[in-house]
Amino acid sequence: MCSIVFLYLFLFLFEPEKVQKSLKASGHILVHIFPALILIILLMALMDYFVNPKTVSKYVGKGSGIRGWFLAVFTGMLSHGPIYLWYPLLRNLRNQGMKRGLIAVFLYNRAIKIPLLPLMVHYFGIPFFVILTGYMIIASIAEGHIVEMIEGRFSNQM
Amino acid sequence: MLISFYKALKAFGTAFPVLLSVILLLGLFRSFVSSRMLSAVFTGELFQDTVIGSLIGSISGGNAVTSYVIGGELIKENVSLVAVTAFIVAWVTVGIIQFPAEAAILGKRFACVRNILSFILSILVSIATVKTLTAIQ
Repeated sequence: MCSIVFLYLFLFLFEPEKVQKSLKASGHILVHIFPALILIILLMALMDYFVNPKTVSKYVGKGSGIRGWFLAVFTGMLSHGPIYLWYPLLRNLRNQGMKRGLIAVFLYNRAIKIPLLPLMVHYFGIPFFVILTGYMIIASIAEGHIVEMIEGRFSNQM
Repeated sequence: MLISFYKALKAFGTAFPVLLSVILLLGLFRSFVSSRMLSAVFTGELFQDTVIGSLIGSISGGNAVTSYVIGGELIKENVSLVAVTAFIVAWVTVGIIQFPAEAAILGKRFACVRNILSFILSILVSIATVKTLTAIQ
């Protein structure tokens, strides 16, 4: 943040008009996305209330079968917070027998952020969101199967 | 519920300075980067633009909200939807920045395979999405 402020100050010395224009443009963007940001905070609170690592571990842990693939998709979509916070839990689940493919599916589906839906719709529209989400779910399952295949081949060699 | 709301507000508060920085950078981008400069990077060639979008998304990182704002603004600058889609998909699915942590905790091979696959899939997903969207509209 500080570096951006310095960049603005530095550029102001040479191009004051353009910097003023930049500030106006930034303000315009912020005002434009403000309602979506408020909605995002509300949805994040709801996600935090209903989904936690314990819930996730219950549904995609050892012996989850085909249901596990679908649940990895949905729990991945519903998970929130920084990705690195989930690594230790995923390692524990893997040590308890969770398939590596399911971990890949879970991590891929974190890209589909339900709380951020208002902002994506604001910029790209509902059809784009629906189509992209569909393809991403398909891609996540494909990725999970390939990861599973590669990891399985290596474990067999050992 | 109140605790969850507080946690959400706190999480958003942590991400907000980064988001604000990006918005301020976008302001500069609008004033200092011309459409001609952008068209030199994104030529309009489907595959090349998609790969460039994926590469930029892969080496960037952070909250997905930032990628939507950047992507949305790039669209306004006439960057192709397929390049922007590749950018936002790669932003969250490929984690070059988190790679050391992922490799250390979940294994180097797993992290390598997953990130390479995610990069390739970001290209395929973006092309499929935009082609489907064009077909139905």
